[in-house]
Amino acid sequence: MDRLLPLIVVVPLLGAALLAGAGRRMPRPVAETTGCLCAAASAGLAVAALAGGPHVVWSGDWRPVDGHGVGIVLTGDRTGTGLAALTSLLVVTVLAYAWRYFDEPPRGHAGAFPALILLFQAGMCGFALTGDLFNAFVFFELMGVVGYALTGYRVEEARPVQGALAFGFVNSLGGYATLLGIALLYARTGELGMAQAGRELDAAGRHDALVLASFVLILTGLLVKAAAVPFHFWLPDAHAVAPTPVCMLLSGVMVEMGVYGAARVYVTVFAGPGGVPAEDFRRALTVLGLLTALTGAALCWQQRHLKRLLAFSTVAHTGLFLAGLAALEPEGVTGVFLYVLGHAGAKAALFACTGALLDRYGGVDEHRLHGRAREMRGVGALYAAGGLALAGLPPFGTALGKALAEEQAGWLTALYVVVSAVTGGAVLRAAARVFLGAGPREEDDCGAPETTGDQEEPETDRRVRRLPSLMATVAALLLAGSLAVGLVPALARAAAGAAHAFTDHAGYAATVLDGTHAAPGAGHPYAWWSLTGVGLGLLSALLATGLAALGVRGAVPARRWAAPLRRLHSGHVGDYVAWTAAGIGLLSALVLWPGG
Amino acid sequence: MSVLPYLVAGWIFLVGVYGMATSRDLVHAVGCLSVTQSSTYVLLLAVGYRKGGSAPVFSDIEPGSRPVVDPVVQALALTDVVVGATVTALLLALVVQIAKRHGTTDPDALSELKG
Repeated sequence: MDRLLPLIVVVPLLGAALLAGAGRRMPRPVAETTGCLCAAASAGLAVAALAGGPHVVWSGDWRPVDGHGVGIVLTGDRTGTGLAALTSLLVVTVLAYAWRYFDEPPRGHAGAFPALILLFQAGMCGFALTGDLFNAFVFFELMGVVGYALTGYRVEEARPVQGALAFGFVNSLGGYATLLGIALLYARTGELGMAQAGRELDAAGRHDALVLASFVLILTGLLVKAAAVPFHFWLPDAHAVAPTPVCMLLSGVMVEMGVYGAARVYVTVFAGPGGVPAEDFRRALTVLGLLTALTGAALCWQQRHLKRLLAFSTVAHTGLFLAGLAALEPEGVTGVFLYVLGHAGAKAALFACTGALLDRYGGVDEHRLHGRAREMRGVGALYAAGGLALAGLPPFGTALGKALAEEQAGWLTALYVVVSAVTGGAVLRAAARVFLGAGPREEDDCGAPETTGDQEEPETDRRVRRLPSLMATVAALLLAGSLAVGLVPALARAAAGAAHAFTDHAGYAATVLDGTHAAPGAGHPYAWWSLTGVGLGLLSALLATGLAALGVRGAVPARRWAAPLRRLHSGHVGDYVAWTAAGIGLLSALVLWPGG
Repeated sequence: MSVLPYLVAGWIFLVGVYGMATSRDLVHAVGCLSVTQSSTYVLLLAVGYRKGGSAPVFSDIEPGSRPVVDPVVQALALTDVVVGATVTALLLALVVQIAKRHGTTDPDALSELKG
């Protein structure tokens, strides 16, 4: 299996090259089947790699000599292969969802969309699997660039190009900051491999400004990808305008890749005695996570553009992931892993339902769609179930992950309950208005800074009269996946094993450099549903339902106090760049904070 | 080893960020992003520099006979150039499309996505 690990990245890359080259001559079904097959092959490989492992592959067999070397390593530990498997499976469902989706992908080139999706998959899988910092940067930029292209896929329309541009500027700036950090780290350690660099830092044992600067710069790019406040401005703009299948991937896995990268780089490189003290990392991630979760939840509640609403809920949940990873306790990390799995399914299903609304009614505006979707009962039920999953209703995987993270969170438990209740409540409110026609019609408030959802173009050639059953099936499957995360004990056990290996600084270096394989996590105790966890999950689901009921009647007046916060999201590229620069300052201040 | 190249790299990065933040034209902003990226080239090459070192090409010198600069960072810088070219080309294509759809490349005039 070791030798096959690179194929997880290579198969989609080759498939993309084939589709880009021969796509002009392919009929559309052939191109889409090829795309699905490549993605599925990669998913199968990732699942097979997940079953064994950990796998370490030195490309070209350039192994390090005495701990030094210029070879490039792919490290397929449980976490990396798990993320690659999640990504690949989601890509398969997305390609199935996008089957016959766009009227005519660029005229005469049927392979363009599947090729881009496969490239995106290759970038994300590569990022999850690489054990080399510079390669991580290259894969980061690959998924970034493909992400911009996919966001602006419908180039003939005004909004998508604008969102893609904001996405491109902020992410590329973050990527360059990361590269500066990697160069500084190379200057100190002379190594680009994460494990080697970590060992060199430990051997040097000095904790100085150069290491701190490189840490802050590397983290900047990863947090931009993770959409942590104040690096998050690109995300709602990109998600609101990207084609629905792309939104499912952006929210479901790409943003989580940033969270993963930040934690992975810290653990493997900086967690030793020569790096950054654990309390500094903890403080930085807790504060950023808190800010991100609260900002995301507050703005999520304000939205009427359904995709933008879901985008802000992704921001809020990313904040919870960051806060849950801050302590790097294996138990809390297990919770975050399960939360990410459950969230990916629920969020992708919600986007899939929103895409169905867009194609049926030609808009995604909560107020304009008021009561119009009464006939789509099945989609409405799926949408509401997705909202409850976001709120953390047991036994969804989101609820299990949230419960496990809460047990380690202390006073932050309140944050988890409130934030998941508000984001779930916003989705339920939208569901009640759109699918049931509940509450009075809202009048348009012309003065408010907001994005309406009635200027989005449907993505099929004509409004679909009956929903293609494939779309609804995909949404139902995704929700079932999210449910399975909370019901299958084997997943929780695997996540616990992965979390123990993930948080082990010395163990990672030993696996990569010395080839010692720790026993694959079977011996670790793993947590399962507890009474408190179920209770807190039910509480936040109940709160969400209550909030939605009040919100439908307009009894939660929030427009006035949220207006300043909303005005900050100006859609102006220059503002976003300035916020990113300010974020670097904030991150430095958090890491350098005295008294830690 | 002089600190000047490191200061220069930091300066270039900040100038580029300032240019993007205050830009009145998206083509100019894309140019500023490229300027920001140039700081990574300067930093990478500064990291690998050795005093008195020659280029790491061993066709006419005996390996080990004289110091050479670090070839790894040069490889990184080359890869970085490729990444930069891709990003710049894609962003410029998007700007062309924005100019077609909105009739302007002034970021102040683009305000459809807000709140």
